[in-house]
Amino acid sequence: MDVLPILIEWFPYLLSGVASTLGLVLVALVLGLLLGLPMALGQVYGSRPVRWVVGVYVWFFRGLPILVLLFLFWFGIFPGLGLGDLSAFVVGAVVLGLRGAAYQSQIFRGAIQSVGEGQMIAARSLGMSRVTAIRSVILPQAMRIALPGWSNEYPNILTDSAVCYAIGVVELLTITSRIVTQTHITMPVYLTAAGIFIILNYGGLKALHRLERRIAIPGFGTGAM
Amino acid sequence: MNNNDIVLRVEDIHKSFGGNEVLRGVSFDVRRGETKVFIGPSGTGKSTLLRCINQLTPPDCGNVWLDGEEVTNSGARINYFRQKIGMVFQNFFLFDHLTALKNVELALLKVRGMGKAEAREKALTELRQVGMEDWADHYPAELSGGQAQRVSIARALAMDPDVILFDEPTSALDPELTREVLEVMKKLAREGMTMLVVTHEMGFACSVANEVLFMENGVVAEQGSPDLLLHDPRFTRMKDFIGRIDSRMED
Repeated sequence: MDVLPILIEWFPYLLSGVASTLGLVLVALVLGLLLGLPMALGQVYGSRPVRWVVGVYVWFFRGLPILVLLFLFWFGIFPGLGLGDLSAFVVGAVVLGLRGAAYQSQIFRGAIQSVGEGQMIAARSLGMSRVTAIRSVILPQAMRIALPGWSNEYPNILTDSAVCYAIGVVELLTITSRIVTQTHITMPVYLTAAGIFIILNYGGLKALHRLERRIAIPGFGTGAM
Repeated sequence: MNNNDIVLRVEDIHKSFGGNEVLRGVSFDVRRGETKVFIGPSGTGKSTLLRCINQLTPPDCGNVWLDGEEVTNSGARINYFRQKIGMVFQNFFLFDHLTALKNVELALLKVRGMGKAEAREKALTELRQVGMEDWADHYPAELSGGQAQRVSIARALAMDPDVILFDEPTSALDPELTREVLEVMKKLAREGMTMLVVTHEMGFACSVANEVLFMENGVVAEQGSPDLLLHDPRFTRMKDFIGRIDSRMED
């Protein structure tokens, strides 16, 4: 049996899984950012109850295996909230995002805390409110400090996204295993899928590193050299 | 004393940190255009005193008035008063992610609500004041300590403050760079800026200060013109202190 023609024949179908995988990653990263950043601010600047809530959230989402989280939300929490109609894709993306938010919040928290306290003091001494100081002085620096660590979230979520296979999201791994079932070709198909994951990984990190260089400031922070 | 001349009134400031009373009742008036220099051993509350004035460290009790308006217990209006009370720090605290120009511009844009062109114009004017206009596009990490401190003075000046607090502005600088910062401060004093300066620079104190306040153990121990404190035999404590510093430097 000649493998290559079969692989070529199925390749477009395999690529259709890439869109779904990248969709999961994109939604999860953005959701993680939108939730993670306010959570970090709450943990650094918030009142005790706010810090407590964020702490519990982070503890919960970092404490459970991704597969357990997926099943909890897919079979229990979302149906229990009357959201049983949500597609597997949405549930997968949201769970990856909620979990990513826990990790991202800690990346941002560390970055915010590593901005020197003098920056806040100087801003306040000029008459800036706390909110203005955070927005105009602290966050622009913290985001630059956070970016290298944040970049790590991309390969993490990309590889984690394959777990969504378990709840039936039609992403790259799901399609890969379908092709294996259809063609009875195993290793070459999985290797092709692996190659695609690696390329996605490399390409995304490359873009993020370019962003790091672009926003780097002479003599400041950890901007990529 | 003509009451109208008084721009800043500080009355009976107390401040403790965890049972340790750093300020034990400090009072003084500052007239417009005056330069007051605070001298004294470290740990006697000089820097804390400055921070109590603009409420970066709210005092436990005591009052501060700026132009007859109470600064202490002013709630959200503190942000208005802080524009009027500039501050220059030992470690500059320039905004590390912004150029010299943007450092001076930022509060004009975000606090005063100035337009971009106007803020830029004003920021450049202030940088020129301190001889840093050629460095407008450089980031803090690209500046020497003396240059950074001059930019931070421009940043304070940009808000058109009634008074500027200098918290050991040259203590992080070597002698060469100290001189360029002191030159700027002397110029400001000549031009009539009201300044409170915590420093160990006796030369500056003697040549610029209208009044020296020698602080010890959280109170003003001696107070008067530099000439008086240094030469009048009734005053001994600041002379003793300076003697101790000098002999230490000769070791």
